[in-house]
Amino acid sequence: MTEKRDVWVFIEQDDGQIAEVSLELLGKARELAGTLGSQVCALLFGHQVAHLAESLIQHGADVVLLADHPELEMYRTLPYCRVAADLVRQRQPYIFLLGASPNGRDLAPRIASAVQAGLTADCTDLQIGDYTIKKENRLCKDLLYQIRPAFGGNLIATIVNPNTRPQMATVREGVMQPLPLDPGRTGVVEPVTPHFEPGDFALCVLSRQVRPSSVHLKDAPVIVAGGAGVGSAEEFELVRQLANLLGGEVGASRAAVDAGLISREYQVGQTGTTVRPRLYVAAGISGAVQHRAGMDQSNKIVAINTDPEAPIFQVAHYKIVGDLGKVLPLLIQALKEKSR
Amino acid sequence: MTYRSIVLVKQVPDTRHVTGEVMTADGTMNRSALPAIFNPEDLHALEMALQVKEQYGGTVTVLTMGPLQATETLRQALYRGADQVILVSDRKFAGADTQATSYTLKCAIDRLGAFDLVFCGRQAIDGDTAQVGPQVAEKLGVPQITYAESILSLADGEIVVQRAFERGTEIVQCTLPCLLTVTASANQPRPPSVRQRIACKEAAAPGEYPALLQKYPAYASAEALDADLARRGLKIPVWGAADLTVDESLLGLGGSPTQVHKINFVVLETTESKEIPPTPQGIHGLIEELVREYVIG
Repeated sequence: MTEKRDVWVFIEQDDGQIAEVSLELLGKARELAGTLGSQVCALLFGHQVAHLAESLIQHGADVVLLADHPELEMYRTLPYCRVAADLVRQRQPYIFLLGASPNGRDLAPRIASAVQAGLTADCTDLQIGDYTIKKENRLCKDLLYQIRPAFGGNLIATIVNPNTRPQMATVREGVMQPLPLDPGRTGVVEPVTPHFEPGDFALCVLSRQVRPSSVHLKDAPVIVAGGAGVGSAEEFELVRQLANLLGGEVGASRAAVDAGLISREYQVGQTGTTVRPRLYVAAGISGAVQHRAGMDQSNKIVAINTDPEAPIFQVAHYKIVGDLGKVLPLLIQALKEKSR
Repeated sequence: MTYRSIVLVKQVPDTRHVTGEVMTADGTMNRSALPAIFNPEDLHALEMALQVKEQYGGTVTVLTMGPLQATETLRQALYRGADQVILVSDRKFAGADTQATSYTLKCAIDRLGAFDLVFCGRQAIDGDTAQVGPQVAEKLGVPQITYAESILSLADGEIVVQRAFERGTEIVQCTLPCLLTVTASANQPRPPSVRQRIACKEAAAPGEYPALLQKYPAYASAEALDADLARRGLKIPVWGAADLTVDESLLGLGGSPTQVHKINFVVLETTESKEIPPTPQGIHGLIEELVREYVIG
């Protein structure tokens, strides 16, 4: 039997707005499908969202499977899982990618369980390559290498699913690059009819409160981030002051978030936001791969840490070994003097 | 109406505090420098279950899958007020990915019988996948409510929960039974109670009896210890593959669709870096250089 080897991307949309991560995944899927000689198929679910299909094609999709239904208007796990799992069973894609957004991380494992597929969370890279199952001495060609930090980000693991299809992975926003929009690209939009079961509506959304997003880490030109080395709320205030003076945003490592110094939406790294600012100041951040994976592409990195062996220094352009309680005030003072 | 709650917990290495001491020069890890802890978000899941019990009545059963050492996590759950704890442990479960893990947990829950609520932490800090909760829910055939922040009401076979979603919070209503994954912002987990600690400190699984007999020479034999612990409700049951109704081909490494192709220790290419002394002059020089190179305005 020859597999079709299609690459699927779940398109996340909310209120008719396509999530950035979905476009990034289409770009990666295009590259993978090019290597495999197969097609990119976008799964677009929602209500009255047909007009979004064109843009998906222009971003790299060959086929858009469109499930347009009132029950799909707002994201809910069970109806979305029903439609996606049914499509997977009918059409057997080779690879199925979803964003590692809150919804993607809610949906992907449920689908994977329903179709008995292997799933890797939060990949930072995807490649096509070969794998030998040692026990059977069997070579599997052209598998999806699902590459992700593991063990708190201190190791990089390459995961494969040799025996199950689709090969599923979630990918965090900001890691892949979307293709430039190509208005000349053509593709097929194929409507599909969902078949729900009564149990799919066990959960209903009573109300929603949209939080006005005040955190713009992804596009910030300057980020000053605090980590475990920030001992107190007072010291974190210094991080904020410096960020303000530099016209930038405040960021944080997971340790600072876990310590309750700042809320989770400020977290930079593998389980937070991936950033590429012009200047990144890491204050009291030891630099687990977790964190570095989210910021090491920054143009210039200044790291402040008391431990001269801290891994953060390996990616820093400017290394300051010292107590941030002393160094941050010096930076703040120097900037204030400069602007005088 | 009372509620039968199950809490799924995991013992994890404390990956949050990896410092230069843990990472060695060649990029490998000194694992012994990382203590085994109760997965942080699982404590929030346990807290939510205990609050349901306190408010509405019912029971809290805590399950963990892992090696014998994971009984420490179960004792921590007893100290906080769990009614019953079970260790799901077998060599056949080893090497499981999230799919095989969730299948094993599902089979253990089947053995417990009817339930109303399953609670899990949002994710574990060693794998960060957040997959096991939704996969257990799918295998049990119950709805899932991920990123649960608080239970607003519980009545007439329905739960109303505030949860985080993409752009804020939403209030959802769901039929029971269902599974919740709980975030760290949900509550403040209670510390172990001193009274419970004293009452339950001898709680042990049979595999731990030899060590316990040395510590408490008053017990004449393992049988005497077993009988005493069982009488006091302190014997931690261990369920292996033979104790569950399972398809063995779906367990452990062999039942895992994902395989590890390779592991790379992270040895970063060191960036060309300049050391800046932490002095007023050093910092001034740095700011000047950043301005000169148009990094800052």
